[in-house]
Amino acid sequence: MTGGNPEMPASMMTRSLITPEGVDLRLTLASAGERGAAFLVDCLVILATLVGLTILIAWAFSATGTNGGETLLMLWLVGAFVLRNGYFLLFELTPRAATPGKRALGLRVVARDGGRLTSEAVFTRNAMREIEIFLPLVFLAASSAAGEQVDAIMGLLALTWSGIFLLFPLFNRDRLRVGDFVAGTWVVKAPRRRLAADLAGEAAARYHQFDFTPGQVAAYGVKELQILEEVLRGRDKRTLKDVAVRIRGKIGWIAQPYENDADFLSAYYAALRARLEHRLLFGHRRKDKFDAA
Amino acid sequence: MKDLQLKSHRFRAEREADWRRLEGLLTRAEGGRLRGLTDEELLEIPVLYRACLSSLSVARATSLDANLIAYLEGLATRAYFFVYGARTNLFERLRAFFRHHWPAAAQGLWRETLAAVIILLAAAIVGYVLVGADPDWYGSIMGGMGQGRDPTASTAYLHKVLYDDHGGQGLATFAVYLFTHNAQVSILAFALGFAFCLPTALLAAQNGLTLGALMALYVSRGLGVELGGWLIIHGATELFASVLGAAAGFRIGWSVLFPGGRSRLDAARDAARVSGAAMAGVVVMLIFAGLLEGIGRQLIQIDGARYAIGAAMLTLWLVYFYLPRRSRAGK
Repeated sequence: MTGGNPEMPASMMTRSLITPEGVDLRLTLASAGERGAAFLVDCLVILATLVGLTILIAWAFSATGTNGGETLLMLWLVGAFVLRNGYFLLFELTPRAATPGKRALGLRVVARDGGRLTSEAVFTRNAMREIEIFLPLVFLAASSAAGEQVDAIMGLLALTWSGIFLLFPLFNRDRLRVGDFVAGTWVVKAPRRRLAADLAGEAAARYHQFDFTPGQVAAYGVKELQILEEVLRGRDKRTLKDVAVRIRGKIGWIAQPYENDADFLSAYYAALRARLEHRLLFGHRRKDKFDAA
Repeated sequence: MKDLQLKSHRFRAEREADWRRLEGLLTRAEGGRLRGLTDEELLEIPVLYRACLSSLSVARATSLDANLIAYLEGLATRAYFFVYGARTNLFERLRAFFRHHWPAAAQGLWRETLAAVIILLAAAIVGYVLVGADPDWYGSIMGGMGQGRDPTASTAYLHKVLYDDHGGQGLATFAVYLFTHNAQVSILAFALGFAFCLPTALLAAQNGLTLGALMALYVSRGLGVELGGWLIIHGATELFASVLGAAAGFRIGWSVLFPGGRSRLDAARDAARVSGAAMAGVVVMLIFAGLLEGIGRQLIQIDGARYAIGAAMLTLWLVYFYLPRRSRAGK
């Protein structure tokens, strides 16, 4: 069953995860762009917290005078250390297995074998950030600060070397970063989707004045049906009108005087879905309008 | 009215309440309010999860509502990770870590640990011999880390550094600084293991060289025993930690280089299971090392006591890691 249902084309980013109950959950990997954006959000959160912590401690320092300085410095050191190393670790150990950045982008960390995400794996994948992010930054700073030519060349080489770790996700098809590679994890999309109203349910109740002939309903396949679903859910007036005009043209439907585009499309959607699902029950899945079966 | 009531619509109408219920329970459970769920509700989740999976299968086979299928896929995935994910709390995880995972990981890394010890010792001997033969080596080995302790310094100054108590000021801050700095370096050394072990080995060797060079300098002034006490009180823990960290890095680099019969991905994942636990332990060890170096060493000025504490710590770690124990049931 790997590779998903042959009737539904699996995209390049879909990975099969078969539950012990035997159902394929078809996870979708996060793209490099989403990963980068999530990381950026996390960086901003960390930076903002650090700045906030610093201001708070500086304020406390000025309030307590010089005596409390030692304790406050200690607090700052611990706070900065925990933020840098603990932020990703603690958030990814929660049941949602995602940092605030990943949550915002609808992503989560998952063990590649589909099993439990262990604390060791989370620790390792985040410890590896030291060579992915920190090392390139250090070399970048060093190479821009270096005065002599030999130092500059060494710095550039070091930067290139460490850049390999940074750009690692772009060189493999699973978008694994070094930490994922080592820890046996990957990052998948897990957006919280809302269950929208059933379009066929609404349509069936209201628009029985549309009476399509079997020939008219047989004009399209599943692909067109799902595009029509998107259009109807989008509720954009102009798109509705364009699509209604095209469908009327294709099936030879003459618009009634007071016929509403949205009503027409809803009714046609319901009729088309009824026919296609009926055929589906008998084992025929009509992919698109070119599918003659 | 014609029979437009679709089967898929009726199917959805019948099951929707269960899906919504599962969604609500998951949202509450994932929000960290697990205690907010009653026992009945907790037991309900796996049942609803299986019902949701069955709905997903049916929907994929009979429904052409893309939104519905996407919703069910998302819900089933969320529920899957909740039902099959780890639900032990932090306390249980920590207990298992200290009782089993950490010592087992340290034991499992014995070969790599031995290699790291050999690198460290060999480098220390090299550093000692080099500086002993030609004090000029000292500067090139230590770089900027000498802090005034160099061959031109007076014996009195070198002696003073060993027993400097900083007037008892700022010791805790110093300890915290040492811990955060050492921990960050050790995490970096561990991560560098991925680059085929080499950078980790270099860092270990550099550690050894500086150690040897420092030794040579102090021994030449007749302060060898005193330096030993100054080093061992925290070094027994800190060097052990750095050796373990390097070992964890070696394991990962080695498994990527020579994965054996497994794929590189699988080999790395297996290595990370052991190394990750060991590395988390290293951070814990460095907390102790920071306290011993930042506070203990400044307050305890007697060589004998310093040696005794260092030896006790070393024994403690050795017993904790390597004492054979009953293997964990079900392992």
